[in-house]
Amino acid sequence: MFYTGAVGTAKTKGGLLESQKTLITLQINGERYEVAVTVNKTLLEILREDLDLTGTKHGCEVGECGTCTVLINDQPILSCLTLGVEIQGQKITTIEGLEQNGKLHPIQQAFIELQAAQCGYCTPGMLLSSKALLDENKNPSQDEIKEALSGNLCRCTGYWKIIEAVELTASRLGASKE
Amino acid sequence: MAKAKSEFSVIGKSLPRVDAGDKCTGRTKYADDLRLPRMVYGKILPSIHPHALIKKIDVSRAEKLPGVLGVITGRDLPIQFGIMPTSQDEHALALDRVRYVGEPVVAVAALDEETAEEALLLIDVQYEPLKAVMSLEDAINIKEPRIHDYGPEGNLHKIVSIDFGDVDGGFGEADHIREDVYFYQGNTHLPMEQHSAVASWNPSEEKMTIWSATQTPHYVHRALAKVLELPDHKIRVVAAPVGGGFGGKDDPFSHEICACKLSMLIGRPIKITLTREEVFYAHRGRHPVLMWVKTGVTKDGKITAMHFKSFLDGGAYGSYGPASIYYTGALQTVTYKIPNYRFQAIRAFTNKPACGPKRAHGTPQPRFAIERQLDRLAEDLKLDPIAIRQKNMTGPNHVTVNWLKINSNGSKECTEEVLKASGWKTKFGKLPKGKGIGFALSTYICGAGLPIYWNELPQSEVQIQVDRSGLVTAFSGAIDIGQGSNTVLASLVAEVLGLYQTDVSLVTADTDLTPIDLGTYSSRVTMMMGHAAIDAAMKVREPIFEAAAEEMDVSIEKLEARDRVIFDKENPENKLSFKDAAQLAEAKFGPIGAVGSYKPAPKIGQYKGSGVGPSPAYSFSTCVAEVDCDAETGEVKVEKIWIAHDIGRALNPLSVIGQVEGSVYMGLGEVLMEEQDFRKNLHKIPSLLDYKSLTFKEMPPVETILVETDEPNGPFGAKEAGQGPLSPVIPAVANAVYNALGIHIDEIPITPEKVLKALEEKKKGNPPRVGPKGIPSYNFPEPVKVEVPAEWKR
Repeated sequence: MFYTGAVGTAKTKGGLLESQKTLITLQINGERYEVAVTVNKTLLEILREDLDLTGTKHGCEVGECGTCTVLINDQPILSCLTLGVEIQGQKITTIEGLEQNGKLHPIQQAFIELQAAQCGYCTPGMLLSSKALLDENKNPSQDEIKEALSGNLCRCTGYWKIIEAVELTASRLGASKE
Repeated sequence: MAKAKSEFSVIGKSLPRVDAGDKCTGRTKYADDLRLPRMVYGKILPSIHPHALIKKIDVSRAEKLPGVLGVITGRDLPIQFGIMPTSQDEHALALDRVRYVGEPVVAVAALDEETAEEALLLIDVQYEPLKAVMSLEDAINIKEPRIHDYGPEGNLHKIVSIDFGDVDGGFGEADHIREDVYFYQGNTHLPMEQHSAVASWNPSEEKMTIWSATQTPHYVHRALAKVLELPDHKIRVVAAPVGGGFGGKDDPFSHEICACKLSMLIGRPIKITLTREEVFYAHRGRHPVLMWVKTGVTKDGKITAMHFKSFLDGGAYGSYGPASIYYTGALQTVTYKIPNYRFQAIRAFTNKPACGPKRAHGTPQPRFAIERQLDRLAEDLKLDPIAIRQKNMTGPNHVTVNWLKINSNGSKECTEEVLKASGWKTKFGKLPKGKGIGFALSTYICGAGLPIYWNELPQSEVQIQVDRSGLVTAFSGAIDIGQGSNTVLASLVAEVLGLYQTDVSLVTADTDLTPIDLGTYSSRVTMMMGHAAIDAAMKVREPIFEAAAEEMDVSIEKLEARDRVIFDKENPENKLSFKDAAQLAEAKFGPIGAVGSYKPAPKIGQYKGSGVGPSPAYSFSTCVAEVDCDAETGEVKVEKIWIAHDIGRALNPLSVIGQVEGSVYMGLGEVLMEEQDFRKNLHKIPSLLDYKSLTFKEMPPVETILVETDEPNGPFGAKEAGQGPLSPVIPAVANAVYNALGIHIDEIPITPEKVLKALEEKKKGNPPRVGPKGIPSYNFPEPVKVEVPAEWKR
């Protein structure tokens, strides 16, 4: 943002937004949170700054890397492009909600076993995008996995261990239902 | 320590990483996840000029903005710093002059980030623009203004000119000589995590604590002590888990120093997290390197001499540059026997963000040049491209002409394996038009033999404490940046003490609590921390075994430990649990703990520049790339990568494969699309969308083959995996493109535009090539003649 504007010119917001905080109610991981936010505050910022749900990460904050992916009504969305005020009453799932009562989701188990996380920074977003895929498609092909996850960047793994973890999870979930 | 593979109980198994549970549940706390009571936020005003004098800075309006707590400028931090003793050329905030767009100029602390950003807009900086030096050619030709007032001349940072053997004589013996020019564009690390630091000054203790996303807490510690003028023991640096580094978090950075200074000024904790755009400008990435290589060969393909020139565009600061320049010349001799070798290089200053170390630091560029040229030499001589390499490959227990000592060397096995797996013989020269296959070999160090600043101290230290509960805690300064060093540490301690990996608790990368490790760079951690961990664990085991031997009434030599049990090898029924043995030992000797350390053997070369290249061991990697090129669109699709890596011993095979696949991924990004390019003094594409990197869709299948050579200098025989496997990918793809289309793309990255341009040249009957036309005319000083090792004397 710094390289386009003329330096030395004040563009004060005059505290306008601060005085316009709205009390919103969010349903996150099955829990209800009330939080006062300005209308321009993103879900990413609310999660991390107001609610201490720092499991959701950020890589660009402009919708380019998929790192901040969370689920809204089980669909993956970029929390950096989503305003808090527009998602009241909807079901939000973050990485903190993937584990239930101390029990890992099978996709988490598979990521751990196959070392699909290295630095781990893209991992929360990857896990949530993977879960959303598996909820919709019980037996995705490799191409379908690549398509579903192609909005999530990872610089460590070369992606294959993540693909294998999704496949392993699909096979386990399939087997457990038979 | 030599054990058969089946005798290990922990290592050699693909156990889950010790930190995987936290990373897969959102529990891992990265630097930007930290929040301290009363913490405020900082932002940094960058320079808008590539090169200018700072005439005046007026921060008065910013200071008056409600919510602003403090503003600092270069005057507040006048002491220079830099990663190497010879590159102390940076200021945390520009003092009198800015040297690149994006250079930090003023830092602001405010109650929230928005207020800090608003305050930046109220700062008035008056600049007097200077002529900007934006390219290598500029740097060589523009003598004034100088970007720095040090360096041999004008805008040159460093010059190397060195001879090993009789280079002219060697060329005289050649039946055939080639000269080629190559260019390797710069690119950046692009870790998913932006740099972040939280600093907290405690005025009553006069003590600074900083949590930072850094690969080198020890060097940050040293830089902070210098710039802040605080005693070492009044600074605590904690490296938070790093969300990807690849060398991009190896330097001490402005935001770390500014956070500390602002915290001292306002008496509150402060966080500064860089935006993605700021990360692109912080950079320290791959140097753009222009290369000229002249190689002489006999008609059966034996190399008689090589003359290699590299021109590095270093950007605005020294950073690791004094090492980078030598790395573009040091390892040529490690892959192939070069009896006579001349290396000449320049690193130039330009008004762009500083370059530094990126994964495989300084070596992918020359590797691209050499492996491309070997294919050309083979074609000239009508030899097989593999055969010409096999003719020249080094073997185990070899000393290179530039005094590098190779112990284990799996290059021949790696070659055989990767050719077999890829079906090379059935494919090379036999694929349909548009499809091609290429091969390359590379090597990398397993830790730099010398520390960055000269000292006689160990380069890695580990402390182990045994609790009467049976818990073992290992303390190490090493920082896990995703490569898996925490898992290596736990697994080695567990192996020696006969415990499970999960029995070892870790405290890492905290300068108050952990002994020194120099940092995560140069593929040194498994090698150096690994040895320190084994050393400490062996020392801890001694009193435990002594107490156990007494209790079990057996001699200590007969004892072995595994699966939490200490037992008599000859009578396994005679046993004691580790916990009971630890308690007996504690009763007998007091608390059980030990420290271990590692320092590599001294280098054997004794010449200026001999400090770069020596390593306890060298890894080797071979790669075969198969491509499908579209002559209509110029698109190069990599269909599959086969890679064989000489790992010495895989301590955790799945982790090693992860490092190899990650290296292949990053190499593919470099060869196909990634570039840190500038237009009108600005970074052309400082965003994750426009800076192209591979997504799931572009990543081809990778077949990884691990070759174990049991390195005598490695911890349980292990070598590095995190960096070396990147390098052969780039020339393997470039060679495959030539094989597919008969065009030479001698400039990285190989973009569709370049492919189309080369095809057009081909159609016109011109040389089917895209690449640099030549090198700048520059008269290097007369090479320094280095006496060669006895085996190379003629």
